[in-house]
Amino acid sequence: MSAAAQGTSKAAHGDVAPKKKKGPGALATAYLVIYNVVMTAGWLVIAVGLVRAYVARGSYHGLYYSIEKPLKFFQTGALLEVLSRVFLTWAVTHSVREVQSEDSVLLFVTAWTVTEIIRYSFYTFSLLNHLPYLIKWARYTFFILLYPMGVTGELLTIYAALPYVQKTGLYSVTLPNKYNFSFDYYTFLILIMISYIPLFPQLYFHMLRQRKKVLGRTEDYSKVE
Amino acid sequence: MKHYEVEILDAKTKEKLCFLDKVEPNATIGEIKSMFHRTHPQWYPARQSIRLDPKGKSLKDEDVLQHLPVGTTATFYFRDLGAQISWVTVFLTEYTGPLVIYLLFYFRVPFIYAAKYDFTTSKHWVVHLACMCHSFHYMKRLLETLFVHRFSHGTMPLRNIFKNCTYYWGFAAWMAYYINHPLYTPPIYGEQQIRLALILFLFCQIGNFSIHIALRNLRPPGSKTRKIPYPTKNPFTWISLLVSCPNYTYELGSWLGFTLMTQCLPVAFFTLVGFIQMTVWAKGKHRSYLKEFRDYPPLRSPIIPFIL
Repeated sequence: MSAAAQGTSKAAHGDVAPKKKKGPGALATAYLVIYNVVMTAGWLVIAVGLVRAYVARGSYHGLYYSIEKPLKFFQTGALLEVLSRVFLTWAVTHSVREVQSEDSVLLFVTAWTVTEIIRYSFYTFSLLNHLPYLIKWARYTFFILLYPMGVTGELLTIYAALPYVQKTGLYSVTLPNKYNFSFDYYTFLILIMISYIPLFPQLYFHMLRQRKKVLGRTEDYSKVE
Repeated sequence: MKHYEVEILDAKTKEKLCFLDKVEPNATIGEIKSMFHRTHPQWYPARQSIRLDPKGKSLKDEDVLQHLPVGTTATFYFRDLGAQISWVTVFLTEYTGPLVIYLLFYFRVPFIYAAKYDFTTSKHWVVHLACMCHSFHYMKRLLETLFVHRFSHGTMPLRNIFKNCTYYWGFAAWMAYYINHPLYTPPIYGEQQIRLALILFLFCQIGNFSIHIALRNLRPPGSKTRKIPYPTKNPFTWISLLVSCPNYTYELGSWLGFTLMTQCLPVAFFTLVGFIQMTVWAKGKHRSYLKEFRDYPPLRSPIIPFIL
């Protein structure tokens, strides 16, 4: 769904990595470091872009346009990203022009941006075996606010897109056709929204449990890095 | 005759669950499971996994106590496999669903399509043909479950029935919805396409049935022996020369035929998903044949001759 969703599985790996005896080879490490630095930089670019655009315009309307290109690039370029992120960016925000000026877009882009900067610096530092406690703390604490913020932004954006999808029949296929198939994007979006109900609490509480596990034993870990 | 003592420990907690004394040396694991069941009625034999090692493989019911690498006091480890349900029950349930569900759509039962179409029939004859083929297919499966198949395992975990039924019933509803829809579009190439599809479908149905009979005859009644399948006098079994799981090959062919007949994308999806699953199973079966039989014919592939 949003940042913390990846955080869920990545958190487990984040815990295990420092304890592993056999780390990734030199080439793999180099690749991963570069990848994570680039991702951090990319999301920083987006963040800076957002701030500058806000300052220049004096409001946050139209903010999407200022960061559209790098957002699309870094979103789709991130092979490890969960489908929902790509979906939100392309299938909803990009496809339905009308939602691009919505405040809800700002909400989830901000949430993702901050989360990703923290997350990728976390990985970069982990790979270099020098993880400042502050980064780890940030990673496992900021989500408490950012996750609901991101989910709210995503849901509001999808909700805002609904009337336009229904009116234009976007991405929908109707009968009759020679493949004897149909697809209603409007209904599909509603089902997606409903799926947040079981998934969001599960992921959120999982992250809270991870936090207790990782930050609870700070005395053991902080010296190790 | 020297008797054995058998103790059964929990594989996870190593707690002693049961102690049996004066066990006959020729007692089977199956008999030991029955004895264990008497002391722990909640664990019927089908849900018991008995092994020599806590993390090892389950012993077979036919294994005999004195032939196992144990001393006169044998220690076994137990793991609960969870609630079990018989294969026959699962098959009957998962196959009856599609049979009934498809017919609900075929007869255009109310609340599926617009009210003016309730209880009408399609004007395309291919739709009637498709209904006959689909129904025939699942009736064949039900009869085979009751009279043909000989199962290696009596049971499977209970949760499988929910998973399997969702798959079969869900896809059946999805396909049936479009094929029996008032706005259904018949195949582009008309009668030629339908005829070819029907021939393919029937050929593969007969083929699949032939393989099931051949496999049944490979295994004496009540036994669980495993032998290499070979072609018989029936020409439909000659494909066994080229594939390990010709039943899956024929099943794929049947559904390709049905896809061609109905020219319906959901049917194509169902065929694709089924193909992927059967390929996974075929590869597993092929691998275990290779492992179990030194003289397994090298020419054979798992599911598609020479290719896969």
